[in-house]
Amino acid sequence: MDRIPILRMGDTLLVTIQVDMQDQTALALQDDLANRIAKTGASGVMIDISALEIVDSFVGRMLTSISGIARILSATTVVVGMQPAVAITLVELGLSLEGVRTALNVERGMELLRRAREEQSLGH
Amino acid sequence: MATEPSGTLPIASEQHIVATRQTVRLLCQELKLSLVDQTKMITAASELSRNTLIHGGGGWMRWETLEANGRRGLRLHFEDEGPGIPDLKLALTDGWTSGSGMGLGLPGSKRLVNEFNVDSAPGEGTRVSITKWK
Repeated sequence: MDRIPILRMGDTLLVTIQVDMQDQTALALQDDLANRIAKTGASGVMIDISALEIVDSFVGRMLTSISGIARILSATTVVVGMQPAVAITLVELGLSLEGVRTALNVERGMELLRRAREEQSLGH
Repeated sequence: MATEPSGTLPIASEQHIVATRQTVRLLCQELKLSLVDQTKMITAASELSRNTLIHGGGGWMRWETLEANGRRGLRLHFEDEGPGIPDLKLALTDGWTSGSGMGLGLPGSKRLVNEFNVDSAPGEGTRVSITKWK
C-alpha cells in the first residue's frame, strides 16, 4: 500500500495527494496526520487536492474526518486546489464537505491558516 | 483493454476499485465526454464498484459503448451475487445507509448519470446499470 507523505513547514503540515488513492491509503493518511499533529503540535494542516481528478464519498468523508480530528487536536485544516468539475460532482453526489475549510490555491490556504493562528493566539 | 467496445473487469479487492476508475476514465476520454461529465461518470463508477465490493461481497463491472439516434454513450453494469437489497425503494432514498456508508451510494450515483437502473432481491444479488450519453 502507498503512503502519502506529510511535510512539515513550521507550524503547518502539508499533504499533496497526487495518486488515485486506494481506500486503505486514505485511511492511513487520516491516522498518520492525527499522529503527526499530536507529535509536532502543528496548528495547521493543508491538503492539496489539485491533482485529484475525482473525489468520491469515501475520500470526501476522509477529508471531513481529518478536519474534525485536527480540530479536536487544536489544528485548523484547509483543503486547497479542488478542481471545478470535482466540486460540481461532489455537490450533485450530495456531499458538501461540511466543516471543511477550503481555499482556491496554496497561497490563499496559507493565508487562511495564518489568520486562524492569529485568532487562536488572541484567544478567540 | 479499455479500448474494446465492451468488456468485463473483476471487483474483488480495493485495487479493483482503482482499476475500474482508470478504465472508466479511458472509456470516457475515448467518447470525448466533457470534463464535468467524465468526472461524474468516474465518481459514480467509484461509488458503485465500492458497493459491489462491500455490500455484494465482490462481483464485476461490464461496460458497453452505445450508439443510438446519432448519439454515443457509455453504459456500465455493476453486478454481484451477494445478499441483495431487501427494500430497493428505501435504498434509493437520500440519507439511507446500511450502516457503513453515508447513504449516498445509490441516490448520489443516480444524480450523476443520464440513466440509472437497479435490479435486486434478497438472495439474488444486485445489478446496477448507469448510462451517460454524449
